[in-house]
Amino acid sequence: MNAVVIGCGRVGSSVAKGLAADGWDVTVVDEDEDALGRLGPAWRGGFVVGHGMDVTVLERARVGDADAAVVATNGDNTNIVIGQVLQQRYAVDTVVVRILDPARAKFYSDRGMSIVCPTQTAISSLLDTVRAATPKAAAG
Amino acid sequence: MYVIVAGGGKVGSNVTRTLLDLGHEVTLVEQRADRFARLEEEFGPAVIRGDATEIAVLERAGIARPPELLLAVTGDDEDNLVISQIAKEAYGVRTAIARVNDPRNQQHFDLLGITQTICATTSILGLVEHEVPEHGLVRLLELQKEGLVVVEVQVEGGSPAAGKKAGGIALPSGSRLISVFRQGRTELVEPATVLRPGDQVLAVVPTPAALDLRRALLGAPK
Repeated sequence: MNAVVIGCGRVGSSVAKGLAADGWDVTVVDEDEDALGRLGPAWRGGFVVGHGMDVTVLERARVGDADAAVVATNGDNTNIVIGQVLQQRYAVDTVVVRILDPARAKFYSDRGMSIVCPTQTAISSLLDTVRAATPKAAAG
Repeated sequence: MYVIVAGGGKVGSNVTRTLLDLGHEVTLVEQRADRFARLEEEFGPAVIRGDATEIAVLERAGIARPPELLLAVTGDDEDNLVISQIAKEAYGVRTAIARVNDPRNQQHFDLLGITQTICATTSILGLVEHEVPEHGLVRLLELQKEGLVVVEVQVEGGSPAAGKKAGGIALPSGSRLISVFRQGRTELVEPATVLRPGDQVLAVVPTPAALDLRRALLGAPK
């Protein structure tokens, strides 16, 4: 099974290593050559230097053969566009996109994209934690 | 007419000024503090500060009315694409025109249904082709939705197509020769029409294959 991870920051690099540990063949794309360092010295997967909006970069990462893709660059709108290109142009089966802004995350999730919104997750879990700790305040 | 302009750089600010002068109602959205301050001095309450890819900012700009026209003219193609998608699909904005900064991103706009786009680089390249005769191919009309371009090609003495029947020339698939203009007259091209040096050939070709068509008729560029 082939996976492509676009964006090799803290999230992207950890997802890539996790998938590789699960037995996936993983190719990572990042603009910054130095981001390869985040994958560690034992990285055996692919690494393509370039911007994910550039289809020649996507094709060098062999997105056409990918069964899954994770899009987690540091730009919401970049992720939104790349995610749709991978879905609609390259027919990648599973595309997961990280969007930090909850409103845009909801809009694109309602349109059928698979979205992870860390901001919304943080908001919900902070609220849940505080609510669980203060049952009386909530009741009063 | 009510118009929202996203992006207050050179394009956005000049368009806003012109639309206001013509008597239209405009809201200009600019994110950067320094630019916003300058724009506010000139346009007053017609400019608001914020990131136009944020739905709350678009709502402050009046996207829900909705505007008759939205112009997404920031310097970021991703942003222009997302603004146009949100405007059209969430708020039913009939006309969203997006600026394409990098012509290589044009294909993403086409793929994602943002059919009304403007790319300065592509326009300038079109003019260059028009001005440089040895380039041999002039883009007369781009049919964006159809993915076709109507071009004019001038057949030269040494062109591979000179002296050949139109039906015998291997053209890129999906393309067609329409007419030739020779000695002041236009003739429709039939398979038996022989192309001659000096002919101005009008053709329609899928946009990505325009240079292949040029090559088929005129050979490789000099």
